[in-house]
Amino acid sequence: MFFWEPEVNTLLTQSINLFATGLLVLAFAMIAQRRILTLIHLFTLQGASLVAATLVVAYLTDQHHLYYSAAITFVLKVVLIPILLHRLIDRLNVRWDVETLFNIPTTMLIGIVLVIFAFNLATPIAGLSASIARGTLGIALASVLLSFLMMIVRAKAVPQVIGFLSMENGLFFAATAATSGMPMLVELGIAFDVLVGILILGVFMFQIREQFDSLDIRHLEKLKEE
Amino acid sequence: MAHLDWILVLVGGWLGLGLLGILALRHTDFVARVLFPAGAAIALGLAAIALSALFDDPETAVLPLGLPNLPFHLRLDGLSAYFLLVIGAAGAGISVFAAGYFRQGEGTPPGLLCLEYHVFLASMALVVLADDAYAFMVMWETMALSSFFLVTANHRVPAIRQAGFLYLLVAHIGAIAILLCFGVLQANTGDYSFANMRAQSLSPLWASAAFLLATFGFGAKAGILPLHVWLPEAHPAAPSPVSALMSGVMLKTAIYGILRIGFDLLNAQLWWWGALLLALGLATALFGVVFSAVQTDMKRLLAYSSIENIGLLFVGIGLGVLFNAYGMHALSALALTAALYHVISHAFFKSLLFLGTGSVLHATGERSLGKLGGLMRRMPWVGWLVLIGVLASSGLPPLSGFVAEWLLLQSFLFTTELPNSFLNMLVPVVAAAIALVAALAGYAMVKFFGVIFLGQPREAKLAEAQDASLLERAGLIWLASGCVVLGLFPVPLIGAIDRVTQLLIGTGIASTVRNNGWLLLAPTTLERASYSPLIFLAVTCLAVLLAVLLVHRLYHGRVRFAPPWDCGYPAQTARMQDTAEGFGQPIRQIFEPFIRMRRELPSPFDEKPIYHVRIEDHLWHWLYLPIARTTERFARLVGRLQQGRIAIYLLYSFLTLLVLLLVVVAK
Repeated sequence: MFFWEPEVNTLLTQSINLFATGLLVLAFAMIAQRRILTLIHLFTLQGASLVAATLVVAYLTDQHHLYYSAAITFVLKVVLIPILLHRLIDRLNVRWDVETLFNIPTTMLIGIVLVIFAFNLATPIAGLSASIARGTLGIALASVLLSFLMMIVRAKAVPQVIGFLSMENGLFFAATAATSGMPMLVELGIAFDVLVGILILGVFMFQIREQFDSLDIRHLEKLKEE
Repeated sequence: MAHLDWILVLVGGWLGLGLLGILALRHTDFVARVLFPAGAAIALGLAAIALSALFDDPETAVLPLGLPNLPFHLRLDGLSAYFLLVIGAAGAGISVFAAGYFRQGEGTPPGLLCLEYHVFLASMALVVLADDAYAFMVMWETMALSSFFLVTANHRVPAIRQAGFLYLLVAHIGAIAILLCFGVLQANTGDYSFANMRAQSLSPLWASAAFLLATFGFGAKAGILPLHVWLPEAHPAAPSPVSALMSGVMLKTAIYGILRIGFDLLNAQLWWWGALLLALGLATALFGVVFSAVQTDMKRLLAYSSIENIGLLFVGIGLGVLFNAYGMHALSALALTAALYHVISHAFFKSLLFLGTGSVLHATGERSLGKLGGLMRRMPWVGWLVLIGVLASSGLPPLSGFVAEWLLLQSFLFTTELPNSFLNMLVPVVAAAIALVAALAGYAMVKFFGVIFLGQPREAKLAEAQDASLLERAGLIWLASGCVVLGLFPVPLIGAIDRVTQLLIGTGIASTVRNNGWLLLAPTTLERASYSPLIFLAVTCLAVLLAVLLVHRLYHGRVRFAPPWDCGYPAQTARMQDTAEGFGQPIRQIFEPFIRMRRELPSPFDEKPIYHVRIEDHLWHWLYLPIARTTERFARLVGRLQQGRIAIYLLYSFLTLLVLLLVVVAK
């Protein structure tokens, strides 16, 4: 053991909180962002901070499987999915501004309420957890809820998909924070699901545009019975 | 290798044949000439192994399949072995027939049919082997699904799709009840193996709950009143070998389930369970036979006849429960022996009859009795073999149906010894009603055989009807000889059934029967009652021979050849003979309150008079349609939630999530 190790460990524990905050701020940024291209950049950044947080937790708790899941997350959410999304918006030619159903300030206010709610909810649960990152459970929960909110307020298909993916980020972080990671089997399953999901949604979006000449999901309303 | 291993190998062989069928999807010849006969050989092997396992100790195995830490447990004991014997023996005949039956261009490609058919067989075999609720339910559902796809083989016909969905619906409602029943049986231990359920002793309340759930669940599969509605729809919709398999074999898995749960997993019985089964069985039998007598579609007629036979089986089991609950084990064994005898006998004769209708259908393209007739001359093989099935089905000696019904009535004669005066009054009425059912079943069978095979052809195209092919004949012969052999030599089979009753109630009637000799079948004492099919057959043959000789001697040279049913008219057309509607008319009159009829009677001044009658089920209008309407009303209310906007849908789940989280916080 080196003499500086305690200080480094404190620093690292602090850095988990930093990355977690980054996650939350990025979630807010995504709600506020109108441009799809920037949205993808933000999503990539969120993935990166998730990877960093997972790595730190892995180092501090000395759990090897967290390294693997960090690697999977990196490959998937920082490299593969952003590339897929970039190709998607290139081919769909949808780099235009996005519109939202509610105006942005209202959405942000609702988001703040959600964050307070999430923190309130997480406090008793965090007390039960033994993980070093337990303080961040509230943040994780808040980013899940914020991403969900984003899915609700967006009218176009691509931002909705990004909201869905970002929700998965929050979920993953919650798992790392509360229980130092899910079993490897579950993690692999989810990773695969997300990948397949994005491929299917990509195909789906092409179909939507083919049918309605637009990616606006409000066109789907007429698919209702009667 | 132990019996169970061999059985697993054979069942695996069935699945392998199914996969080969997928590879040879449209090679009808390969599927029909190679795969189906191979399946029949496997079925025969299965029956042989099951027969030898019946006389051996129970065996268990754990299959490395299923979920992690939740493997399939299998157990081969007397009860499973007996039902495996039924599946194998009847399945062999049906598979041979199917080899000659399935042809090009009938809806589903033959390879796919081959897969569904063999998966169906394999799942039935595994249902009776399952030794935990998990394996049982998986196999049970596989059985329901594979048979659903077989029923809807001609899915382009809307009526067949409807029949299939109705079947699937009832099957699933039944499966839910069975699942709940297992939930009660495991008594909160969390261990769903049958061994654990056997070890539990439930309070009378919970035991009754389990038994009622089992009766409901298995009753839905068996077609007990009022859950019978799918049967007369699904059987005519399915291809004939499938109808045969469903009616002859699959319904028996429900009987297996009742026996397994009622006698094996529940360790004590209450008398009113038996009374309930008795009442349900009687109502079902009466209902089935009355409806079968008024049908005009040959497969629907047989389907209703299956309902009747299932009713008789329930009556037998109910009587067994009743005797057992009062500690009269020997009599309980007698009643159960009757029921189990009927299981195998019905498997043979009903499969035979359904396959016979298949041959008729292929030869003529007609299912309606009003357009058939006189086929005995055109299709002598099918005609004579079906005649054997008809005789067995009517419960006439010396065929198998008689033995079962005779044993059942014998066990009824002992009900006076029941220590319950209420039952003592009621049970003779039930016995009389059973006798009525047996007689009406004969009536329905006379109608079935007479209208299809006797008289004159009602349509011109019937003259070109071809007799069944060689493989079809082989299947029919196998099943018909089963009816004959089981009818003539009941004592060895009773020895086999004895193993089952020993397992279920600890005693059997085989030793009594053996003491009385192999020639005479006497379930209790020789003085009380005995039946010897061989002597009966010999006497009958002798009497017939004697009559023929006498006729030849006394009326020699005065034999006149004339058209049948001539009544002395010089010109006789096919329209002058009795029709299916006409034959069933007395029954329709007598049992009018049972039946819902819609008639169109022609007026006397009609140029082209049309008579039309539609027979419907009261229960359909009184029970099912109200349920369907209520469901639809609720569904429409739920439909208001559907706004068509994704944001709204997301909001629903978002709000649900928030509410759930709030509940967590509040705690």
